[in-house]
Amino acid sequence: MSQSNEIILKVNDLKMYFPVTRGLLRKKVAEIKAVDGVSFELKKGETLGLVGESGCGKTTVGRCVSRLYQPTGGEIIFEGEDIAALPEKDLKRIRRKVSLIFQDPYSSLDPRQSAGSIVGEPLIVHKITKDKIDYHRRVETLFQLVGLDPALMNRYPHEFSGGQRQRIGIARSLASNPSLIICDEPVSALDVSIQAQIINLLLDLKEAGETELTYIFIAHDLSVVKHISDRVAVMYLGRIVELTTPQELYENPLHPYTQALLSAVPVPDPEIEEKRERIILEGEVPSPLNPPSGCALHQRCPIAKPECREVIPPLSDRGGGHLVACIRA
Amino acid sequence: MERLLEVKDLKTYFNTDDGLLKAVDGVSFYVDEQEIIGVVGESGCGKTVTQLSVMQLIARPGKIVGGEVIFEGRDILKYKPHGEEMRAIRGGKIAMIFQEPMTSLNPVLTLNQQLSESLMLHLKMNKEDARKRAIELLRLVGIPSPEARIDDYPHQFSGGMRQRVMIAMGLSCNPKILIADEPTTALDVTTQAQLLELMTEMVERFRSSLIIVTHNLGVVARYAKRIYIMYAGKIVEEGTCKEIFKHPRHPYTIGLLNSVPRLDTVGKRLVPIEGLPPNLTNMPDYCAFLPRCPYKTEKCRTSPMPDLRDVPGEGHRVRCYVDIAEVDNVTVK
Repeated sequence: MSQSNEIILKVNDLKMYFPVTRGLLRKKVAEIKAVDGVSFELKKGETLGLVGESGCGKTTVGRCVSRLYQPTGGEIIFEGEDIAALPEKDLKRIRRKVSLIFQDPYSSLDPRQSAGSIVGEPLIVHKITKDKIDYHRRVETLFQLVGLDPALMNRYPHEFSGGQRQRIGIARSLASNPSLIICDEPVSALDVSIQAQIINLLLDLKEAGETELTYIFIAHDLSVVKHISDRVAVMYLGRIVELTTPQELYENPLHPYTQALLSAVPVPDPEIEEKRERIILEGEVPSPLNPPSGCALHQRCPIAKPECREVIPPLSDRGGGHLVACIRA
Repeated sequence: MERLLEVKDLKTYFNTDDGLLKAVDGVSFYVDEQEIIGVVGESGCGKTVTQLSVMQLIARPGKIVGGEVIFEGRDILKYKPHGEEMRAIRGGKIAMIFQEPMTSLNPVLTLNQQLSESLMLHLKMNKEDARKRAIELLRLVGIPSPEARIDDYPHQFSGGMRQRVMIAMGLSCNPKILIADEPTTALDVTTQAQLLELMTEMVERFRSSLIIVTHNLGVVARYAKRIYIMYAGKIVEEGTCKEIFKHPRHPYTIGLLNSVPRLDTVGKRLVPIEGLPPNLTNMPDYCAFLPRCPYKTEKCRTSPMPDLRDVPGEGHRVRCYVDIAEVDNVTVK
């Protein structure tokens, strides 16, 4: 995979707290710390996988980076500029460069807009095309790029299958020629046989695009993330607990949560399954409204020690860029 | 082991505006006592409708138009859907767990009310005994302090906990068969692992059989003894779990195995199944998988839908003319 050393995105101590309000005056009574101190770097052309269970903050990270949310704290340095606190009026410029692919291909497309106009809308919003002919040609190229027949341009979303709709969503995200695409669970709503088509398409686009594409790939399915990513960040309760290459993550997982997550993913092979050991975490993910002290995993962790209750473990390098946040690993 | 349930040539059709939709078209399978089987297929392949037909839970415009469901030696399809006999079986002898624990529990009833209902109906327990038994069941499925939580409502529980309640409910009357329809699909992976372990542990304890209906081949690989693969309303391949994963012979099964990314392989490009699942209202006479099949021959196009035929391997049968073992190029490792 083509990768330069240029850093396209640097996220520093990102925090996103959502207020919990009560009563008529919407008095703030508590805070949900959805993302609590997330830092990572992304090279141009790289794919970073964000993986974790529901409520771990992976989607919130994606939404902060695309500035759909205004983060509570931290820096998001995109192409050399801190966009974390950028005012609304300057965001259009960023939105052209950072686009999104959503999970649900049914609710993320306007049912009253034709496929062609969905794909072409960013071209108009960002005033990219010169005239009608140019616009039409661009939309046609986008359709072909994602493997859709341009003849279907005048059809409406309900006339397409789930996989085709996701292709429309991908074409729309490519329209403004972005350098960073945030893919939020792009295949989890699709059938198994269709998932592979979309994963391959995302991989192909990276090679074929006019500009070098960088992805943040958010998913709960570790096997999909491992397949598509150059590096994988495992999140738990608003923090990154482990970050490394997919091979290293699979062969040498250091964080107990990663180990449990890996062992929970079934492998379609009964002989391997028989031999595999399962680490089953007790209980459930604690509420981010009232997170445990110290390491967020300590109540469920099989190797926790008393001091895990007190210290929030920092993400530290264990060699070769393998980052782990655990004092016991 | 004794044959507990045998479904023969089951047909369930839906009369839709677009024509007759053959959701289940001649499906046969069996379950032995205390056996775990898997039924695998994508959305719309008829796997759920098959199980609902066994329970006679098909509403209009759907209709069971043919076949037999032999349970404990009797054809239960002959029973009236609303009759005494069928009601005794439903929830009593054959129980079902549904995919969405959020929607399949009644939001306005407490757990006690919902769990006691079937205990009082099927086991003729009185209120106090039913409550005691319900607490017992909740403890079995790992709900902490069940005495305190039994009067709570479903929304007070997390998704995983709700599915535990569903398992408790399914097993409450000690059924002979538990049908779990996508029991873990809406849940996170670690919860999924917890629940699959719990479910298999529980059916062993209750000496029940388990039918796992899923789209995820990985889920059945660990637990099922035998597997049925469904496509477009028909079973296209069946056999023991080991056989199916080691020597898959139907192009669709091979396609499924090649198209899922696996945790234990690195960087191999996925081989998707090209095209889309067929529209079930307008099925061709030939093999339903033909338009997407990489192994198709001239014979497939000119011949009718193939029958299931025996191939080497214990109980291994496949609905395909082509002998894939000879064609080779099977990339599954």
